[in-house]
Amino acid sequence: MGSAVAVDFADAPDEREFRLRLRAWLDEHNPGLPASSTDDEYWAGQAAWHQSLFDSGFFGVTWPTDIGGQDLASVYDVIVDEELAGAGAPARPSLGYLVEGILEHADDDVQARFLPGIVNGRDRWCQGFSEPDAGSDLAALRTRADRDGDEYVVTGHKVWTSYSDDAEWCLVLARTDHEVARHKGISAFALPMRQPGVEQRPLPMINGITKEFGEVLFDGARVPAANMIGRPGEGWPLAMTIVSHEREPHELGFAGRYAKQVKDLVAGVCADPGRFGAEQVRDLAWAIVESEMLRLHVCRRLSDRLDGIVHGPEGSVDKLLMTWTEQAVGHAALSIGGARATGSDDTLMKVYLYSRAQSVMGGTSQIQRNLVASRILHLPAS
Amino acid sequence: MDVRLSSEQLALRDSVAQVVDRLGPHTVRDLDDTERAAKFDAAVAAAGWRELRVPVEGRVPLASGVEAAVVAEELGRGLADTPFLGPTLAADLRRLAGAPPAGTAETVAFSRSLLAAAVVDGGVPPGTVAVDARGATCALVLVPVVGGHALAEVALGLVAVGTDLTRPGAAIDPAAVATPLDSPGSRPLADDDLSAWTALGLALDCADLVGTMRGAVGLAVGYASDRRQFDRPIGSFQAVQHLLADAHVVMDGSRSAARHAAWAVDALSPGDALAAAAAAKAYCARAARTVCETTIQVHGGTGNTWECLAHVFLRRALLSTDVLGGEGANLDRVLAHHGIGGGRGLR
Ligand SMILES: Cc1cc2nc3c(=O)[nH]c(=O)nc-3n(C[C@H](O)[C@H](O)[C@H](O)COP(=O)(O)OP(=O)(O)OC[C@H]3O[C@@H](n4cnc5c(N)ncnc54)[C@H](O)[C@@H]3O)c2cc1C
Repeated sequence: MGSAVAVDFADAPDEREFRLRLRAWLDEHNPGLPASSTDDEYWAGQAAWHQSLFDSGFFGVTWPTDIGGQDLASVYDVIVDEELAGAGAPARPSLGYLVEGILEHADDDVQARFLPGIVNGRDRWCQGFSEPDAGSDLAALRTRADRDGDEYVVTGHKVWTSYSDDAEWCLVLARTDHEVARHKGISAFALPMRQPGVEQRPLPMINGITKEFGEVLFDGARVPAANMIGRPGEGWPLAMTIVSHEREPHELGFAGRYAKQVKDLVAGVCADPGRFGAEQVRDLAWAIVESEMLRLHVCRRLSDRLDGIVHGPEGSVDKLLMTWTEQAVGHAALSIGGARATGSDDTLMKVYLYSRAQSVMGGTSQIQRNLVASRILHLPAS
Repeated sequence: MDVRLSSEQLALRDSVAQVVDRLGPHTVRDLDDTERAAKFDAAVAAAGWRELRVPVEGRVPLASGVEAAVVAEELGRGLADTPFLGPTLAADLRRLAGAPPAGTAETVAFSRSLLAAAVVDGGVPPGTVAVDARGATCALVLVPVVGGHALAEVALGLVAVGTDLTRPGAAIDPAAVATPLDSPGSRPLADDDLSAWTALGLALDCADLVGTMRGAVGLAVGYASDRRQFDRPIGSFQAVQHLLADAHVVMDGSRSAARHAAWAVDALSPGDALAAAAAAKAYCARAARTVCETTIQVHGGTGNTWECLAHVFLRRALLSTDVLGGEGANLDRVLAHHGIGGGRGLR
């Protein structure tokens, strides 16, 4: 073909070199942790894994150099995901959405103080958006932050806050202006978790793990005014930036997580094929097909961005594809390992149960469909 | 990795789209307009799109699987009632066998419910059908020989509209005689050749299915915006919106898988190309049926009327699904690639 680009799913030479370097590194540095979604054990080793990946130049590679990244093209994250999955290593820690939100909305000072620690894995963060009465309707949130000298005093109740027990920082949304329309009165803060006014309570998930969820109660918690992310009232646009990135399989590294689960399922079936019937094997085949589709879809999306197509409502398409993939993998896990499991090894049952959360977290599937209908198909308002 | 279409590929897509939009059928009635269909056919023939897989030198085709898929997708979107799949697959078989390009319009005959190219070993298997046979004078079949399969031609029965109103097939008489191609330089097709050819066929099916889905979603979205009930457009009802959103999303996922399959045809080994194409085909086939059924549902009673294009999309999707197998056969191919099951003799 005459032009510089023509569909090519293969590695360019630099990409190949990076892939092989990572593969060789993984031979020695795979911590062999269980999956975060099925085993609380993961969290004991998570920080070390993040730091080890980062210190060896394999985490955050697509972010700007001044926050610890390497300014590489997004495809490098895909390579990381593929190699981690191929080696059976834990997936890349998923916090890209926080980084993107802070990069887009915070001033230089806030960026310089917080981003390097998020990227290099030295600081743990959680995201305090949802409240008991503000889930899909996030703008209904009631947590308040009241100015007191150089500080804000935060009072309210957050729920389903992932990894909040390990977190040193919470990116919290709170109402700072009660006079304006509800979307306009919200501000965002980097709030230190280890202080008297913050209480964290674990909230076990349906698959039994306790780290994924937590409740966070703020009762006069204090946060410096200088920790506001963006301007007063910029909390809503910041939240929209974050959730839109949270919808992207590439930002989350989830395509790699599914590939690893599928690989494990295939190995299990190959080891003892006689044990599995046609229906179980068919569920596995769909999991293979869906996870492969998602990997390729990510390749396509990232390539399109090279044209400067920015990040828009397609995130909702990707979130739905990611959800269906995770749930197809979940169904294969159920089918192959599922309900017959005894207490000693119920990992596959946990994989299945965790997959039900994907159509809720980061904006439910119904909310994504609303967005596809209005923003992409331009159907008339309901 | 950079999976964007090149500027030439985009230009090719635009030129196919222009011809389709100008001369393709826009209503069910248009399908009976033989004058239009003849003009359309002539324009497609003149553009040379059916010769993309003819070799330029040795076994190197004029264009890759990606260009062929670009054409197939636009033809699917526009419900093109002119041959493409048949002649393209015939040309690719000849290329792989080192046989000279066909002198007359030709397609391929399939058997086993269209799962594979017909193998004539003694007689033509019952139920053998030449697909996409409009205008063709004969169809290629495979004949077992030492070292693989050789190509032979069979005469076509009556070309008759079947499920797909846009791509009629022709039954092959079980008593028909398979005449070996008279081509001195040719060689038998090895298993790898047939895998590579099947990969192309599946990739073209996927592209056609993606195009069909695009067309069907577009039709349904347009209708949902115009049709009013309860004093408002039906597209404002969340139940309708969610059906259409799901249709759009599976179409877009299909697009990603189909593009990879098209690339894999010439970029990967035959076995890997076939696995890529099979995974894409299983995904696209399931998606396309859902999407086309959604289009009928959103059209209500109108969607169940012959005059509405919705069923023409569905019918086209169902034929693309059957050619080289739908979900089940292709899931088996995927599993076989992962070492599970025997693939039941599927290539
Ligand atoms: C595993 C997991 C991790 C999470 N992590 C975090 C986190 O770290 N931080 C955080 O802030 N939050 C987190 N959440 C919370 C998550 O963002 C919310 O659960 C989600 O936004 C849905 O809100 P809700 O639970 O209140 O459900 P609701 O909004 O009450 O929805 C209930 C049902 O009603 C439907 N529904 C609601 N509104 C509409 C509508 N307009 N149209 C159609 N249907 C509608 C929904 O689709 C859903 O099926 C997490 C959730 C999960 C499951």
